[in-house]
Amino acid sequence: MASRTLFDKVWTGHEVVAETAETPAVLYVDLHLIHEVTSPQAFSVLRSLKLPVRRPQRTLATMDHSTPTISDQVHGREPIKADAAARQVRQLQVNAAEFGVELFDMRDARRGIVHVISPELGCTRPGMTIVCGDSHTSTHGAFGALAFGIGSTEVGHVFATQCLLQRKPKTFAINVEGALPPGVSAKDLILAIIGKIGVSGGTGFVFEYRGSTIRAMSMEERMTICNMSIEAGARAGMIAPDETTFAYLRDRPRAPRGADWDASVARWRTLISDPGAVFDASMDIDASALQPMITFGTNPGMVVPITAAIPAASGQSDPVLDKSLEYMGFHSGEPMLGKPVDVVFIGSCTNGRLEDLQAAARILKGRKVAAGVTLLVVPGSQQIKREAEELGLAQIFKDAGAEWRESGCSMCLGMNGDTVPAGRYCVSTSNRNFEGRQGVGARTLLASPMTAAASAVQGRIADPRELLR
Amino acid sequence: MTPLTQVRSRTVVIASTNIDTDQIIPARFLTTTDKAGLGERLFADWRYLADGAPNPAFVLNQAQAGGCRILVAGRNFGCGSSREHAAWALLAYGFQAVISTEIADIFKSNALKNGLLPITVDAGTAQWLLAHPGAEVDIDLGETRLRLPNGAAVSFPIDAFARYCLMHGTDELDFLRGKLPDIEHYERARPW
Repeated sequence: MASRTLFDKVWTGHEVVAETAETPAVLYVDLHLIHEVTSPQAFSVLRSLKLPVRRPQRTLATMDHSTPTISDQVHGREPIKADAAARQVRQLQVNAAEFGVELFDMRDARRGIVHVISPELGCTRPGMTIVCGDSHTSTHGAFGALAFGIGSTEVGHVFATQCLLQRKPKTFAINVEGALPPGVSAKDLILAIIGKIGVSGGTGFVFEYRGSTIRAMSMEERMTICNMSIEAGARAGMIAPDETTFAYLRDRPRAPRGADWDASVARWRTLISDPGAVFDASMDIDASALQPMITFGTNPGMVVPITAAIPAASGQSDPVLDKSLEYMGFHSGEPMLGKPVDVVFIGSCTNGRLEDLQAAARILKGRKVAAGVTLLVVPGSQQIKREAEELGLAQIFKDAGAEWRESGCSMCLGMNGDTVPAGRYCVSTSNRNFEGRQGVGARTLLASPMTAAASAVQGRIADPRELLR
Repeated sequence: MTPLTQVRSRTVVIASTNIDTDQIIPARFLTTTDKAGLGERLFADWRYLADGAPNPAFVLNQAQAGGCRILVAGRNFGCGSSREHAAWALLAYGFQAVISTEIADIFKSNALKNGLLPITVDAGTAQWLLAHPGAEVDIDLGETRLRLPNGAAVSFPIDAFARYCLMHGTDELDFLRGKLPDIEHYERARPW
């Protein structure tokens, strides 16, 4: 058989009906993750057509986008402040019960951001197809799964048939070699990749991240990388599973056990791009040359090394750049380092895992958040919250003057009321710096957990390498 | 779904590139559990001032935008979040087509499933459209061609199946449910 890519293997294994010129492929979905924001309209379709969820055992529900992060609201000691959010939460409870879908409810110890808890529980596994009504579903590709975001109509399709109609995307190899220098993280690497490809350069492609840098990464780092594939326009990013993947999954609550585990690992080992496999596009990155990265504009591709200045228009004028800089209150030529910061957010499906909190804590330990700066630390799941508390990380954050919250999407998109005030600057470990993303008029600077922590301490955009010395 | 074969309308131009779905419908309006009221929230942060009054500088608040059903936008329209609310909000407002040089994957898929035409054109055509707001454009889905008032006829790519469903008012879910015997066979045959 001809050499095949990892993507080809997973795609072909899930083709119920292959695509033709006239019709898309019918693609089987192994795991359907749902949350409170993009599922209610799909449940309404089922109700109107009098259809059940066809494979409820392949469906998992949680609530994360609009849920509060204030403990008293999560634990029922006071009502959820936002009415609409409370209604959405209740609707998901009703829908999950009516259609027989397992729900990690508000006070469930396993609740958290959907893309954090599925790997944590061992539900995300190599070779699977995974979809969710959320563009950051690409996160699960870190395990060698084909995982991508879908709209609510497609959520309805998966409910009713466990399948989707899909055209086969093209493949894009991103080869990363070399060791990341100290103070430079997976977040900096993916920001650099997006800066190079551009925010639409990956449209129509599935990325495969390859090379020695990727192989040396933990699963948490790989998830950060795959998570932001969509910010370059690619619906999915994948990494071939290896010993790191298997070690992460072994003994997770929902991972296979015993003989089933052995058989699974044997199958997972075949999920690599064969030598000589052909990709439709490729790019090489030297990780050893990277610096901490930070965004200066209003999309994730507008990014520079933290020691750089804000770029100028490449031609005579650049209305896109001008509009962005006007929104941000920045000017070409200004250095990024030293710009004042009002809010720092550490969390999200990009950087809300235990390793991210550990990286931030290394910088914050024994230090204080600068006067006038709000630091919000929001763990990606309730399990991570417990682990961070047991390891003393939560105490480090609190001693530094940070707010330590319950898990959820929180200030990444501000749906739950955790927002950045208009005109204020927020160094954020999340994934999108779009206008108004973190609140009306909010100005977002995307960076790594280390850069975010260093900036919180200094009250201005700071190079984490200075505080690691 | 109502069959859709043609959209003929004057255009509204929003020339910004990379218009993400957070701009089309900001996240704070996603707490709805249905589709009601989204048209009022379309481009909310550009369309309304801080006090809630319409922003007179924004094109949708200007008289010439009235009745326009085709939106012409800069490159890479609809990037970012997968929220289908973006397509719903555009349709609820009254748009039936979006024209750009590039349209993001998930938005395009959502648009097609709701009867909103995502039309990608070459740079020259886009440049002409961006420079001529209010141009009367005729989009013919049967011919997969759009006609401009300058006489140009430009073909556009569209997935054959999506085009068939749009033109016949076919719900893709009905087609997919027609494959249930194949799906059951697949589930039985799979070794794991």
